[in-house]
Amino acid sequence: MTKRIIDHPVLGTIENERTVTFTFDGKTYEGYERDTIASALLANDVRTIRRHEATGNPRSIYCNIGHCFECRCTVNDVSNIRACLTLIEENMVVKSGDVQPDPLNPNNEGPLPRTYEEYAERKAGDTDENA
Amino acid sequence: MKMHDVVIIGAGPAGLSAAIQCRTYDLSVVVIDEFPKAGGRLLGQLHEEPNGEWWNGIKESNLLIEEAENLKTDIRLGVSVHHVERLENHYVVHTNTEHVAAKTVLIATGAAESAAPIPGWTLPGVMSIGAAQVMTNVHRVSVGEKGIVVGVNVLSAAIARELQLAGVDLHSMALPATNVVSEDQSNPRAVMERLVRIAHLAPSKFIQFGSKFATFEFVRNIALNFYPKDGIKMWDMPIHLRKAIKEINGTDRVESVTMVDVTPDGDIIRNTERTIEVDFVCIAGGLYPLGELAAVVGCPFEYNEALGGHVPIHNEAMETPIDGVYVAGNITGIESAKVAREQGKVAGLSIVKALTDNAEVAEKVDAAITNVQQTRDEATIQFHPEINEGRATISASFEQLIK
Repeated sequence: MTKRIIDHPVLGTIENERTVTFTFDGKTYEGYERDTIASALLANDVRTIRRHEATGNPRSIYCNIGHCFECRCTVNDVSNIRACLTLIEENMVVKSGDVQPDPLNPNNEGPLPRTYEEYAERKAGDTDENA
Repeated sequence: MKMHDVVIIGAGPAGLSAAIQCRTYDLSVVVIDEFPKAGGRLLGQLHEEPNGEWWNGIKESNLLIEEAENLKTDIRLGVSVHHVERLENHYVVHTNTEHVAAKTVLIATGAAESAAPIPGWTLPGVMSIGAAQVMTNVHRVSVGEKGIVVGVNVLSAAIARELQLAGVDLHSMALPATNVVSEDQSNPRAVMERLVRIAHLAPSKFIQFGSKFATFEFVRNIALNFYPKDGIKMWDMPIHLRKAIKEINGTDRVESVTMVDVTPDGDIIRNTERTIEVDFVCIAGGLYPLGELAAVVGCPFEYNEALGGHVPIHNEAMETPIDGVYVAGNITGIESAKVAREQGKVAGLSIVKALTDNAEVAEKVDAAITNVQQTRDEATIQFHPEINEGRATISASFEQLIK
């Protein structure tokens, strides 16, 4: 099912759009040329663009014009890029944001991770144990 | 670093029409905008004028872009400005890619949307009404299967109609339930007051909505007390002034909203909760002028309700008290794109006048100022009934300051 508005009574019909292929969290998607990351993802019914750094709650676009920074993601290894302002490009690699380490939180139990690598390692370890 | 005559921040109707004037007199101009397409908020606009013609923002933008391009205007898109530095006799505009130096700066950054937060508003599928407008009309992507608009004002009514036109299904429009931050957006009396005062200026369907309540306060009170349970329909979509959205529900995305009945003063009536299944929610809190860059360069500001918030002090020629800094468009007050376009023309001509000392241009500035007022008087969508008083207050403050 497409989420595209192909026919419009006033704005007319979209025709012969060139498509662009990019990946989001490792999965391949297609969008139209001149799509932003946000519009291309929404057209593919992908709403969640990142997880909140502390709570892990899912987030998506809010303002869609660059003010709210809710749609920040990592594009070709550059972090904090606004999906709503960035045009998709062929083979672009887009990654969603994830929960960040929170070593100063007094509710954290046990020895704290000292670096992000350590945190990521431990998190991967947790998953293995659960599996 | 090359010294330009002017850097214009914002490629909306104000920035583009200013650029056209400056380029007509062969000034060296750089226009910067962080959106990948020029046109600003004008791009998303689409409504039927009282004469039956369509105001198509994409077409209007393209006309301006074409004219600017024919004049070989340097337009840099996808570039974000984060600072404007004032040096002894010029300015340096800091962007994410480069520094641009110029003798003058025109700040035409437009407006942003005020939030009307309600519990659950961070769920994917909740967005500002302007976000839905851009998705629908510019990107041509449907924001969902069925949605609801939270917040009733001129802007949300106009955009709700645009969503309908694109085939997007809307359940209704309702108020945000009252909370610590909702202010008078949750007060049915205040909302109706505003709608009635602007109704005579708005497109035809809105006139019918407004005229149902005449102009007398007691009629409006009766209307609010006996507000129809199914809302009052505009283009077959119910507008509710006695129902409010208390909460947005869902785990990973919007699944439903909780709607409650409210009194004419906006108080929630107990045990009236019901769940309405939707997969998107548009929050409409109205627009405010986007003035940060004018603030960092040192412009004095004044709060002005009729203009939509804090605006940099300026005069009719679009000059600020800071020598070489100009403003135009919605940063000076929330008005239609047509007014912004005319203001941009004034600002462009004022800059030409300042940099070239051309006597012919002085006359043109005056004529352009007259055009702004004329366009304002003829505007079909008016965001605030006291816009003229608001404008006069700011001009008076400017005169006071430079004395």
